[in-house]
Amino acid sequence: MSSVPSPITAARPFPEAARSALADQQLRDNLRRATATIRDKRQRVVDEVPDWEDLRTAGARIKDDVLARLPELLAQFEAAATAAGARVHRAADAAEACRIVTGLVRATGSDEVVKVKSMATQEIGLNEALADAGVAAVETDLAELIVQLADDTPSHILVPAIHYNRSQIRDIFARRMPGVDLSTLTDDPPALAEAARRHLRAKFLSTEVAISGANFAVAETGTLVVVESEGNGRMCLTLPDTLISVVGVEKIVPTFADLGVFLQLLPRSSTGERMNPYTSMWTGVTPGDGPGDVHIVLLDNGRTPMLADPVGRQALRCIRCSACLNVCPVYERVGGHAYGSVYPGPIGAILTPQLTGQAAGANHTLPYASTLCGACYDACPVKINIPEVLVHLRASGPKPPAARAGMRAVARVMRRPRWYRAGLRLLRWAAAPWRLVARGGQVRRLPWPMSAWTAGRDAPLPPRGSFRDWWARR
Amino acid sequence: MRIGLFLTCVNDLMFPGTGQAVVRILERLGHTVEFPSAQTCCGQMHANSGYLAEALPMVRHFADTFAGYDAVVTPSGSCAAMVRESYPTLLPEAAPVATRCFELSELLVDVLGVTDVGAWFPHRVTYHPSCHGLRTLRLGDRPRRLLAQVRGLDLVDLPQAEQCCGFGGTFALANAEVSVAMLADKTAAVAATGAEYVAATDNSCLMHIGGGLSRAGAAARPLHYAEILAHREPAR
Repeated sequence: MSSVPSPITAARPFPEAARSALADQQLRDNLRRATATIRDKRQRVVDEVPDWEDLRTAGARIKDDVLARLPELLAQFEAAATAAGARVHRAADAAEACRIVTGLVRATGSDEVVKVKSMATQEIGLNEALADAGVAAVETDLAELIVQLADDTPSHILVPAIHYNRSQIRDIFARRMPGVDLSTLTDDPPALAEAARRHLRAKFLSTEVAISGANFAVAETGTLVVVESEGNGRMCLTLPDTLISVVGVEKIVPTFADLGVFLQLLPRSSTGERMNPYTSMWTGVTPGDGPGDVHIVLLDNGRTPMLADPVGRQALRCIRCSACLNVCPVYERVGGHAYGSVYPGPIGAILTPQLTGQAAGANHTLPYASTLCGACYDACPVKINIPEVLVHLRASGPKPPAARAGMRAVARVMRRPRWYRAGLRLLRWAAAPWRLVARGGQVRRLPWPMSAWTAGRDAPLPPRGSFRDWWARR
Repeated sequence: MRIGLFLTCVNDLMFPGTGQAVVRILERLGHTVEFPSAQTCCGQMHANSGYLAEALPMVRHFADTFAGYDAVVTPSGSCAAMVRESYPTLLPEAAPVATRCFELSELLVDVLGVTDVGAWFPHRVTYHPSCHGLRTLRLGDRPRRLLAQVRGLDLVDLPQAEQCCGFGGTFALANAEVSVAMLADKTAAVAATGAEYVAATDNSCLMHIGGGLSRAGAAARPLHYAEILAHREPAR
């Protein structure tokens, strides 16, 4: 593996990374506009489905069934896909998956591959591994292409370039896109799309190897499914001779009919569309039609250990729609990079630390990147109770000794009514000096640890009279 | 019906007027309210911060303290959510008392069947639906229905009302900058309504919003909706 940091290990604690992101006003404006637009679109198309709640329940149940009998379904998928002419590989971790894929690409003799947008390949750092092996990976999703040209990393699961506005994208194209026609390149979306189309079309026609992920893998038939909007995926999945798909083991659905549930849930939740423009399905090799050399790499990379946790494993229901990102008030302010993982937002805060273990980098700070407002749970098409898992991970994760000591002390007081009442009196007494400097009952500065509060907002003081005194006098 | 008041630790220390308001509203409606003085805290801060073992004695203490009541009423959607939604899994023997715990608007509207509590409050008010009341308890429009019946009250819509104010308990300290960024949008939305008061079911959120309004020099003031419902027209 190369020396690049792990794509799912946060290098900096979330509060610190968030602070940098908050300082970028352009980023905040871009995010606010973009998340509000997708949020409103999603709400409109979800509200028009009368049985939406039943669909969510069905989606959750199908995925829970998959997680309960994953080894059996994977074996079934492997047998069906193999019988249809695909070669199925198993990768225990990111390094093994990268090794398998680079080996397969090298065997073709190609030094360039076209890629369909895929979270699994980002999770394992495949592009960097291919580069180390002398293979150039070309992202063909428009937003992924923008991010790749900018030498940046994605900041959203579905909209990787959500942190850029169109004039920033125009600048990236002008500086980095080979052979771009500057005379017609404006920041008008059709002009930008046209430039990308010309750039990519040449790649589609000349490249002999494609790499994709998959949204779903049907155990019953051995079929892979890719859901997309731009048609670049369809190009990659049909034109090259060799197709390699990296698929997380949790992408399995038992039967073809189960797709009926997920193909309703996914587009409405992700892009806010009733139906996505392109749904590609392929089952092994069809002679004379599409790639003749079809490989599937089933990726574990921390998923099997998650199955042992009855609360945490619901994160593996995730279908990567990103609805939770778009409704999250924290994500809206800080964007994806602050989470330090290719999986940002609420789902990232529960998925990333579970895939790596909380000891990896600053991943233990991610479960605290939430007010537990619950908007993500309401939006999730497979009913992942994200607040529940956040709290669960806080309980099992490491805690600073000072915080632990403080919380324990408070807990000791709270279970003893007399200590508690004495504590109330003590705090009221301690607040007395601040009454001298309070304005309108509010103070502007308090000592540590409340200084973190008063850094950005005023604080009220406990009033002199207490409820208990009033109650006793009645 | 024996009604026990669970004041909450935040109100016990900071907002005695809210507890008094709940007592006044219920007594005005002909009910007797008791205040078991052994009560402390529901344990939400500990449970939500990942200190489950430390929270458990508080859960047990709450269950013991309120065991004899037909209904427990609390002026906090967040604490009611903690008790009703989390207690049964944390401590199965606390489930019976947990199911009898109601946020004020639930007790008034669902249990007592009242929306007009005879209040008078001649001011422009906007309402922030706090997250746990909104999404865990599913309070819906109960608090607004109660406010809509208040004589003289001009209830104005809050833009982006359902967005969190950024409080989140220890989040407000641990992720203070993000919390303040969320708060800035909330206080701007409140200010844009021109309301004199921003009301909510939870003083924790209101303490946060109020702190933001005060820092921004905005005119609007935070006020727990129970205090509005308790307010009466002075006798002439």
